[in-house]
Amino acid sequence: MARITLQNVRHSYLPNPDGDDDYALKEIDHSWEDGGAYALLGPSGCGKSTLLNIISGLRAPSEGRILFGDEDVTDLPPDKRNIAQVFQFPVIYDTMTVYDNLAFPLRNRGRNEKIVKERVTAIAEMLEVTPMLKTRAANLSPDNKQKISMGRGLVRNDVNVVMFDEPLTVIDPHLKWKLRLKLKELHHRVNATMIYVTHDQTEALTFADQVVVMDLGVIVQIGTPVELFERPAHTFVGHFIGSPGMNILPCEIRDGGAFFRGQNVALEGPVTRSGERTEIGVRPEYVTLAPTGIEGVVRKAADIGRHNVIEVVAGDTRISVVSDGNLPEQGETVHLQFRQDQTRLYADGWLASKARS
Amino acid sequence: MKSANQRAWLFVLPVLVLVAFNALIPIMTVVNYSVQETFGDNLFFWQGLDWFQQILRSDRFHAALGRQFLFTGLILAIEIPLGIVIALSMPKRGFWVPVCLVTMALPMLIPWNVVGSMWNIFTLPDIGLLGYFLNHTLGVPYDMTQSPVAAWITIVVMDVWHWTSLVVLLCYAGLMSIPDAYYQAAKIDGASNWAVFRYIQLPKMKTVLTIAILLRFMDSFNIYTEPFTLTGGGPGNSTTLLSIDLVKIALGQFDLGPAAAMSLIYFAITLLVSWVFYTLMTKDDTN
Repeated sequence: MARITLQNVRHSYLPNPDGDDDYALKEIDHSWEDGGAYALLGPSGCGKSTLLNIISGLRAPSEGRILFGDEDVTDLPPDKRNIAQVFQFPVIYDTMTVYDNLAFPLRNRGRNEKIVKERVTAIAEMLEVTPMLKTRAANLSPDNKQKISMGRGLVRNDVNVVMFDEPLTVIDPHLKWKLRLKLKELHHRVNATMIYVTHDQTEALTFADQVVVMDLGVIVQIGTPVELFERPAHTFVGHFIGSPGMNILPCEIRDGGAFFRGQNVALEGPVTRSGERTEIGVRPEYVTLAPTGIEGVVRKAADIGRHNVIEVVAGDTRISVVSDGNLPEQGETVHLQFRQDQTRLYADGWLASKARS
Repeated sequence: MKSANQRAWLFVLPVLVLVAFNALIPIMTVVNYSVQETFGDNLFFWQGLDWFQQILRSDRFHAALGRQFLFTGLILAIEIPLGIVIALSMPKRGFWVPVCLVTMALPMLIPWNVVGSMWNIFTLPDIGLLGYFLNHTLGVPYDMTQSPVAAWITIVVMDVWHWTSLVVLLCYAGLMSIPDAYYQAAKIDGASNWAVFRYIQLPKMKTVLTIAILLRFMDSFNIYTEPFTLTGGGPGNSTTLLSIDLVKIALGQFDLGPAAAMSLIYFAITLLVSWVFYTLMTKDDTN
């Protein structure tokens, strides 16, 4: 087990990349601490699977180095890296029994049958598949097949990292919860570094201690689920995480203050830099209906159970509000107040305001 | 009890008529011949199962049947492994895929009697390209018109040339249906090339291989045109396979009764072997 370091990793699927747009991964410089539970979150096509395959060795990066501990593994094939990967669709060896499936990675490495038996029994116990050990793997249900795929990754006790590439895609919704909790539990028990790739924020936020958000081939922000929610480093993160996502309001910067449709909006603190495009970012949870403030018209109002989601249109900007109060009528004119310490400024997409300390 | 809707019969009727005319009636005429003796003029005498007994006890039939099993066994033993090996070594994507596929398909597009004639001319010792080269350049005596061994080698090689592509194409289709994740997972699990073949590729090819073996068994067991044009069953009777022998009895000697009995036995053997093989191969899938 070791810390995994990516040094200036870039990858392009084209033979002669020309300019940043040709790179699926633009420049990744990041360390994964030993024993951490990470989620790699981003929309489809953002490069997260590419990054995963580069760590596992299924793909060689166009540029950059990968270190496991102090060892440079950039040129090593997957089986020499001591990693495990679970794929989107369960991969099982149809003709073997569940026991033989779990034993396969150990037998390939020439472990003796006593150790094999010990490990397989332990892993089967953890995954709760002990009663199935003698059945043929081909006859299992999809969720059990995926459990076996995971088991094959966990059965070696010396893996550097276990990687999950959207492993719950083909699992029924009611079983997703169970497997997700199981994974969390497994992480505590086996203590290996785990990287979980997904485009589903709920999966990422429940599984990981640290979430790495990617977009268009770059890491946009790394943080705990709370950090990502409270202080998105980029409007993309604000929008991608949270439901509904962060409100992004185009604004003007004058005399160190932000103005939305001519009205001054109080920010959390001083503006650190400016840019061509400036926007105010505030989460719907921190917007309230008030007697005064930014004027808008209610376009939609819905009670979704625990709270109300109100969509207000101010000019041509949509602002979502999450509130517990009375539901306003559609077409009603309302005024909005933003909680000051949660109102941030973004310049060209990136965070550009500093909290007052 | 509610009476079933009898109109359904109407819809099956066309199929029944079709099957009757292309299968049942022809087979019944053969059955009719197999239990009677005829001297022409539409005169028939009841013979019972005599013809069947006579065929089953005749050395000539045993010899032809033996040759038939030897031929089918040989070509299966060569074509199936060879087909798998070629399919495995074919490129998975890129420019060479269509080139390989078309080249592979070519032999199968050639009419059977043309294949026989081609190989006949190709291997004739004095004028054939291969025959001349072997006999006169290398000095290896090779004459399929004189030597039974040479004749056998020629018909087996010809069949391998003609039909291995079928096995290749079927296996290739099977291989292409394996998702990349399987190979990646196997790599990570540290599987050797043999283990990948044994636990991923072979199981995924099982269905198509069953079909390939079945098709090659039936076709080779019933083969007639190619060996007939190539060797005519000779030299002597050395390459007289079942179908060639059958035609000799039926059309050469005009022994319609024994020929009919032999046809039915021949058919029963083909059917029985195919059924046993198919049942064995698909036994695991049901439970």
